Amino acid sequence: MKSSYRHILPEVQALLSSKDLFVKAKGEPTRLTYGEALLSLGAQNPNVVSLDADVSKPMKTFLFAAKFPERSFNFGIAEQNMMAAAAGMATTGLIPFANTYAIFASMRALDQVRNSIHYPHLNVKIAASHSGITPGPDGVTHQAQEDLSIMRALAGSTVIAPADPTSTRMAVHAAAAYDGPVYLSFTRDPVPVLYDESFPFKIGKAVLVREGKDAAIFANRDLVVQALIAAERLAKMGIDVRVIDCHTLKPLDERMVLKAARDTGAIVTAENNIIYGGLGSAVAEVLVEQCPIPMKRVGVGNTFAESGPYLEVIDKYGLTARHIVKAVNDVLKRRPKAAVKAKSQAKPTAAPRRKTKKNPSHSKR
Amino acid sequence: MSQEPMSIDELKRMAGTIRCDIIEMTCTAAAGHPGGSLSATDIVTALYFRVMRIDPANPQWPDRDRFILSKGHACPAWYSALAERGYFDKQHLSTLRRLGSMLQGHPDMHKCPGIDMSVGSLGQGISAGLGMALAGKLMKKDYHVWVVVGDGECQEGSVWEAAMAAPKWKLDNFTVIVDRNHLQNDFCVEDVMPVEPLADKWRAFNWHVETIDGHSMEQVVAALEAASERKGVPTAIIAETVKGKGVSFMENSADWHGKAPCVSEADQALCEIRRCTCEI
Repeated sequence: MKSSYRHILPEVQALLSSKDLFVKAKGEPTRLTYGEALLSLGAQNPNVVSLDADVSKPMKTFLFAAKFPERSFNFGIAEQNMMAAAAGMATTGLIPFANTYAIFASMRALDQVRNSIHYPHLNVKIAASHSGITPGPDGVTHQAQEDLSIMRALAGSTVIAPADPTSTRMAVHAAAAYDGPVYLSFTRDPVPVLYDESFPFKIGKAVLVREGKDAAIFANRDLVVQALIAAERLAKMGIDVRVIDCHTLKPLDERMVLKAARDTGAIVTAENNIIYGGLGSAVAEVLVEQCPIPMKRVGVGNTFAESGPYLEVIDKYGLTARHIVKAVNDVLKRRPKAAVKAKSQAKPTAAPRRKTKKNPSHSKR
Repeated sequence: MSQEPMSIDELKRMAGTIRCDIIEMTCTAAAGHPGGSLSATDIVTALYFRVMRIDPANPQWPDRDRFILSKGHACPAWYSALAERGYFDKQHLSTLRRLGSMLQGHPDMHKCPGIDMSVGSLGQGISAGLGMALAGKLMKKDYHVWVVVGDGECQEGSVWEAAMAAPKWKLDNFTVIVDRNHLQNDFCVEDVMPVEPLADKWRAFNWHVETIDGHSMEQVVAALEAASERKGVPTAIIAETVKGKGVSFMENSADWHGKAPCVSEADQALCEIRRCTCEI
């Protein structure tokens, strides 16, 4: 079978149909990848400074502190002070990375993040672990299900939610190279290493990671892997979906959204974030104004979640592959028949849909 | 344009000029915060015309002292000091709060030369100053960071986060001046939310603390100059001040926190300030 995947590690492709993906695939929480990436960044760039708020162990930024003690500052449990101090540091030409959990970065210290960092557009990188409902066991007080929506609403913000450790590493270096505030969102729990080094990370450029013509799924952070699993299941139903890693929520890659809309006529978004104001909203805004087609948002509904193992919590709250599969089927039902006809007429030579096979083997590779 | 540090009498006269600017600016704008601007005037004057190492021709000079008016609403005093010091033409002062003006209602570091930090939301300028002081230490620069906070502003929890942090890093390049005018937007500070014992609070956070008469130019200059020489510890100067200082009907009145004088009130205010300045 010719692979429709791009940049996805072969061993991951082979596991996408397996229930054991999260067990067998190599993976780690991206918060830990971040800590290591910051260490390597620190070695490359003497202007990089690391600011902690008593979570240097969970974010592995203690590595930076051990290697570069003079460039590391632990502010204690005082995120507001840390954010505005980061702003002050940035005025001198330093590149502060302010490390904390998403709930504190985007909410407790939001006034500082807005007024002291974004309003003057200072070169502060906000590194936010435990983003969305990725801290399953911690419960609602630590589940920042609104952080991406909030950060997206700030003028001049750049909001990045990488899907795996490989792209996380790239995102950290790209953020440092960008002049201005960047919000980096990381997971508390492990996510599989999806990508090889060919992954073309560029701020604001979504990446096609699975080709497909029947519908397109735009996903970010930890739901990219869920979208890929969903795509495998849909393939077995004869539905060939495109998957796009929309790692940069803002600025949104509008061209990629419009191309997918025109190519497939059906779009689903998938985000581990409340459905108000995040990726689904951003994509919907583009579609409604420029290319109205049926779409559906997968995300946290109008509710708070609860404690539990990560995969169980996100499943209960509607964020796993099965919910994405259902959303794709729903949106395809709503796609006007004329559009389907026009599409198939436009591509008379398109390959016939694969027939559903029983027990297809994806592990041969 | 470098300038010799002013004498005490020159500073007093300059403070009078700045007070007149504040009245004219807020009257022309028909908005703004004259009360807290007038209480901070002597401190701002001493810093810009005597104490700080600055170069108005080069506002981004990396080695300059930094100043942050954390109580950003009192920016008419800051804007006037910058204009009088030569950062920009005095004509701009009449554009305060107008559409398109570089003199925003609360200061914008990218619009107005000489503004070292955009401030306005209380309790943040002190943290930004802390960050600048940390950066100075890291980069082995010998600049000093001066931050004025309001006494009402000390009700913000983040002020105390910053207060807790500065001694940890022994930031002797960092001085906070509390403009202790005893009034805030609503009423007296002590009625809204008491902050006393204020000096003891800063002391308990391991700062070197001095309490001075914030309108005695001699005391202001002495305290600031001592702070710039002090080693190993940040300095907090509690400057006892009078809100609306220099204008009889504004003094000690919370009503003049965020209200601009009308033309006749401004005329009277200017008369009083000039009369007082003439006696120096």
